[in-house]
Amino acid sequence: MHKGKGMKFVGDSRISAEKTSKIPKDYSEYPGRTEAFWPNFLLKEWLAGAVFLVGFLCLVLAHPSPLEGMADPTDAAYIPLPDWYFLFLYELLKYQFASGDWIILGILVIPGIAFGALLIAPFLDNGPGRRPRQRPVAVGMMLLALVSCIWLTYTSAAHVDWETRAEQNKPIPPGESVVDQDHPGFAAYENSCLSCHGGELEGGAGPALVGTEHTKEEIMDIAVNGIGAMPADQFQGTDEELEQLADFIIETSEAAGE
Amino acid sequence: MLQKIYDWIDDRIDITPIWRDIADHEVPEHVNPAHHFSAFVYCFGGLTFFVVVIQILSGMFLTMYYVPDIENAWQSVYYLQTEVAHAQIVRGMHHWGASVVIVMLLLHTLRVFFQGAYKKPRELNWMVGVLIFFVMLGLGFTGYLLPWDNKAYFATQVGLEIAEQVPFIGEALKTLLAGDATIVGAQTLTRFFAIHVFFLPGALFALLAIHFILIRRQGISGPL
Repeated sequence: MHKGKGMKFVGDSRISAEKTSKIPKDYSEYPGRTEAFWPNFLLKEWLAGAVFLVGFLCLVLAHPSPLEGMADPTDAAYIPLPDWYFLFLYELLKYQFASGDWIILGILVIPGIAFGALLIAPFLDNGPGRRPRQRPVAVGMMLLALVSCIWLTYTSAAHVDWETRAEQNKPIPPGESVVDQDHPGFAAYENSCLSCHGGELEGGAGPALVGTEHTKEEIMDIAVNGIGAMPADQFQGTDEELEQLADFIIETSEAAGE
Repeated sequence: MLQKIYDWIDDRIDITPIWRDIADHEVPEHVNPAHHFSAFVYCFGGLTFFVVVIQILSGMFLTMYYVPDIENAWQSVYYLQTEVAHAQIVRGMHHWGASVVIVMLLLHTLRVFFQGAYKKPRELNWMVGVLIFFVMLGLGFTGYLLPWDNKAYFATQVGLEIAEQVPFIGEALKTLLAGDATIVGAQTLTRFFAIHVFFLPGALFALLAIHFILIRRQGISGPL
């Protein structure tokens, strides 16, 4: 703010009555091909932003954001998994030196040193040189940390069967149960299948039966002889009950698909 | 007409120097991808901010439908996902944006690190930037719970168990976050919602403001 005698103000405010120039500065006296941010460079930046936005929206449209079934605290079989950018910390805690008696090392000391060093990096790496070759220690430590994080994330994620996970935890539409408990096949389902395939056929230890592509005959065969990891003789009853069971599964699956 | 409105405002509040400080500054040749294509690495910071803006806008729209209680949280997200026009896209942007912002933040951090741009006199801005990184991770952690699906619930439970194992303050920390020493439930959800929507964005805006004021003040670091 300008001060001094002879200054004119707007009313009783502190706004100067003398006009400042609205013409942007000329950057021609700067070295190289310097240009003005406003408006020249901003227009180009806008273009880069637009390209980025198109790519981002393609990602969004190609992969709808996932939503699993509503949280069920009693579901003891659920294997928890954090978001991908926490996987490296999660994986670290599986190492012997970072779990059990050494858990403090895993949750505080190692991440603390890593992130603490990141925070005060300018004071640790305080030499004058900026080129990576002039500061091999800092660059080496960063590369080591980077490789470790990528490795930990990779080993953590590689064991997960993402598609099966998503399949087993599909959301059930709220409010409307598709299961017709008066169906003649329901009793057989409840006795033989429900514990693994879920009360809404949504899956559990076994895959979801909603949206099954098996025919009635195949389902009858699987119930008796098993398939994949499913053992044989899950269903033990009369042929009539078996047929009702297969009808029940197919009808429920179709009702859920509507 | 517009010029007259501008002049009328400028007469009273002297607006020209304000926008001049923000908009009118030089872009040196070495950061301009139009002159050196490899200078695209200087875009990472701006693109991170761009994604942050996407997160803020999409988040504001999501809160129009989201209900932070354990009965309705999942239902409201499901409704959003299946019934509301374009909401799947808005939620998709928020969901993927949360990942993309971490990626861009990482790239921006690596660019600054490997160029040694954090050296004197820019130490403070680096530290502010790392704090922004921490706030972002906090936003990711708290936001993960909000849909209240199995994934969210059990991941948060694990996160809180880890927090509990911190010596001395562990249990107090867990109670502070979860609202109860043992239960992950209604209190946890409202606390995470408040942290995700009010506390951390507040901290984020303050840090971003400092980050930008400092870069405007110091200018971008010179070529290597």
